Amino acid sequence: MELCSFLTLDSFITDPLTHDFMRKALLMSSLVAAVCGFLSSYLTLKGWALMGDAVSHSVMPGVVVAYALGLPFSLGAFIFGVGSVALIGFIKQKSRVKEDTVIGLVFTGFFALGIVLVSKIKSNIDLHSILFGSPLGISLSDVKQTIFISLLVVILLSIFRKDLMLYCFDPRHAKTVGINVFFLHYLLLTCLSLAAVVGLQSVGIILVVAMLITPGATAYLLTDKFDNMTVISVLSAIISSLIGIYVSFWFDLETGGSIVLAQTFIFLFAFLFAPRYGIFKLKKLFAGYK
Amino acid sequence: METINYQNFRIEAENICVDYNGKVALYDANLRLQPGQICGLVGMNGAGKTTFFNALTGFVNISKGKIRINGESVRSAQKDQTIAYVPQNEGIDNQFPISVWDVVMMGRYGSMNIFRCPRESDVQAVRDAIERVDLTDHLSTPIGNLSGGQRKRTFLARAIAQRASILLLDEPFSGVDIRTEKLISELFIQFKNEGKTILLSTHDMIHVREFCDLVLLINKTVVAYGETSEVFTPENITTTFGGISPDFLFGPES
Repeated sequence: MELCSFLTLDSFITDPLTHDFMRKALLMSSLVAAVCGFLSSYLTLKGWALMGDAVSHSVMPGVVVAYALGLPFSLGAFIFGVGSVALIGFIKQKSRVKEDTVIGLVFTGFFALGIVLVSKIKSNIDLHSILFGSPLGISLSDVKQTIFISLLVVILLSIFRKDLMLYCFDPRHAKTVGINVFFLHYLLLTCLSLAAVVGLQSVGIILVVAMLITPGATAYLLTDKFDNMTVISVLSAIISSLIGIYVSFWFDLETGGSIVLAQTFIFLFAFLFAPRYGIFKLKKLFAGYK
Repeated sequence: METINYQNFRIEAENICVDYNGKVALYDANLRLQPGQICGLVGMNGAGKTTFFNALTGFVNISKGKIRINGESVRSAQKDQTIAYVPQNEGIDNQFPISVWDVVMMGRYGSMNIFRCPRESDVQAVRDAIERVDLTDHLSTPIGNLSGGQRKRTFLARAIAQRASILLLDEPFSGVDIRTEKLISELFIQFKNEGKTILLSTHDMIHVREFCDLVLLINKTVVAYGETSEVFTPENITTTFGGISPDFLFGPES
């Protein structure tokens, strides 16, 4: 029906901006993407992808309980996010079950609890929007929460940027020179829980882990400098969000899925054509023509 | 009294025990090292060498015993940047996107402000340290592009930049080229003259004879400890390695 209106690039970009909900969605999703992208560098280098998956799924019952009690849902999500990690650590220490098994076991347990709670607590919780995100339907209070949490995470990560890099790279050295490794560990986990909370508004609980690992993985293929990695990660996350939202608007597609697909395509592009680490090593191809 | 203690021993470990979730990794281990001493830590894989290092740096807690570093607790040694740890090449992620300069700068983190902004003195310390290990041409090289020897020298430079008085080195000679090996042994002599104390673990028996004043043979606990010439005997080595003859370890000519 609107096919003719995006024949020009100009209207493709500007038309959606006339809608208030689209402006809000674009802004919020970019913010969320920036936060998740920032954190993503650390998670991919630390090897915490699975941990990200676990935390993001485990926040589900927290969201439901918070809604039912009328609390800010970020609070409930945060408690369950950190709680799941504590539980994983506890079970791992007290039993002979391997870590990846414990992680899988705990987060599916929490996730299932969340789904059961949704069906039991009769309220206006929209299961679909929790699972798949609803960036186009963000309420004003959600906007405030998202901005607050995002700023908090960005500030924390900025202050402890170098310490966290050292913690990911060589925790033993950090400890040896008197840096509080315990604090950094829980700081990273806290940021992870908070990022999962804001991320689930954009793309939903099921896909939020993609926001937390794909941009970092893409950036990792493109640079050998940590600072550049952070910048590329943030940029690729924001660009994917914008592409995802536009595409979902024009072609009437699920927004969360579109955002994550855009990230996946950018990763694939880096995987194939990254100058040094890509399959085809673009640098060499160009060098051949000189 | 404190100062006398400080003069006497850099490292004092008394009857230390370490266990991981009830599994004993090290028990009743003792070690005393003075300034300017180089001590070799010799034992099989899993004999507790890394655990010993971890206990001294405070990376694991000891369940029994006492550790004094320069007469003070491990915690204050951490605060004072007293101990530097040079990891095994296998112990680090060499694909981490970080340059030689950045790694060496990490040696200064402990004495910087919370944002870890380098001061002029930090920059100078890093530059000097990199020069001492002969890596000035590789300042901005990512560690993934270095050879094993260059990577080892990078971490040595980090320890130098830290200005630690105690160096713990995990297998400093494994997987390095001849040039690095020569450079490391020259540095050892300089460190010794500067009054630094060195504890190094190694598999290579020849290096022990060459560099170490003292040797600590361990197999979950101390098998033997003392002057290398007295303690590093075939009998003690055989005991340490669970009955394998030193001929097998050294090759027949020794």
